[in-house]
Amino acid sequence: MSILLFSLLVLLGSLLAGFLGSLTGLGGGVVIVPLLALAFHVDMRYAIGASLVSVIATSSGAAAAYVREGYSNMRIGMFLEIATTIGALAGAFIATRVATSTIAIVFGVVLLFSAYLSIKGQPPVNADQAQDRVSRFLRLDGSYPTTQGAEKYTVHRIPLGFGLMFGAGTLSGLLGIGSGAVKVLAMDQAMRIPFKVSTTTSNFMIGVTAAASAGVYLARGYIEPGIAMPVVLGALGGSMLGAKVLVKARTRVLRFVFSAVIVALGAEMIFNGFTGRL
Amino acid sequence: MKQDKKATTPWNDQRMEIVVGYLLRTGVLLSAAVVVIGGAIYLFRHGAAPANFHVFQGELSPLRTLAGIAHGVLKLSGSAVIQLGLLLLIATPIARVLFSAVAFAFERDYLYVAFTLAVLGVLAYSLLGQGH
Repeated sequence: MSILLFSLLVLLGSLLAGFLGSLTGLGGGVVIVPLLALAFHVDMRYAIGASLVSVIATSSGAAAAYVREGYSNMRIGMFLEIATTIGALAGAFIATRVATSTIAIVFGVVLLFSAYLSIKGQPPVNADQAQDRVSRFLRLDGSYPTTQGAEKYTVHRIPLGFGLMFGAGTLSGLLGIGSGAVKVLAMDQAMRIPFKVSTTTSNFMIGVTAAASAGVYLARGYIEPGIAMPVVLGALGGSMLGAKVLVKARTRVLRFVFSAVIVALGAEMIFNGFTGRL
Repeated sequence: MKQDKKATTPWNDQRMEIVVGYLLRTGVLLSAAVVVIGGAIYLFRHGAAPANFHVFQGELSPLRTLAGIAHGVLKLSGSAVIQLGLLLLIATPIARVLFSAVAFAFERDYLYVAFTLAVLGVLAYSLLGQGH
């Protein structure tokens, strides 16, 4: 295959991944690495490097739209980024030390888990009005717009959330993904932050988290311009397109289909990891 | 908005978030433009060559260091220009953190200035502390 054809096909694949990722809220990064590794036989390290920079592009590109809605909480984001960036650095160092087949297996497990989370849906979290002393000290309490006017919220179980964020950062640095699902889980389920605030603040944090492992990736040669170029441009275009049609699309069916694709990719990653083909 | 007593100061959290949103989008569009230019040069020169990314040769790449990228850009190498665009992309969220540190300082919120500087320290270590 010539470089021109390779670039075009990867661009199209990443466009589709970014589009579906933004429509379903699962993010495009989770399918870009398996797409490159399984369909294009790209080395796992190049695939992870390209995916990571595309994650910075899609999350930063979407941020401007989110901010205007007034949901994201900059203090929560900045405080938790201490945990995610240190985790990302740790993850990137682990990535340079373990075999790519091991990374493929971990990747597959994360894919299966995120498909499970997406299909199962989250149990609604009861709004907890009780004050939290740590949240007050850290000035994390906030308010967000609802149809009934501004609704106040407070943040709970901060040490647990901080720990989960470290884990989310480690996964991001190890696998080159945004790990938005784990970040939302930590904020929404563990810290009892309203869902809208969790998703938009998570999007904000993804770029900074990814930047923390990008330096390590760059120094180790994981970021190959010939692969990263079509991946970044495709994923960015796809996610911008996805954000435009998001309101009209029937995301329930799409979410189910995309989850099925993720399960298949996860199983194949695990299989290829165990047989040593990746 | 998040702190009533500070809602009237010019640098409240909400205004900071709006500026940050534009900062991020500008950074992404700028870096995407550089990647497109580099990609055009790269495909024009190497488009017909066979694609071989199956074997990892990253440790040999001159584009692993800032100096190597700068050197390649001066020679108008397509892949070096792409890498410059990717570097701008990586710098975009870092610029956001830097901006937040300044904005928190304007709000006299020194606890958050400290948090932000901690994040900046981790980012600086990742990009500059790798023995370039």
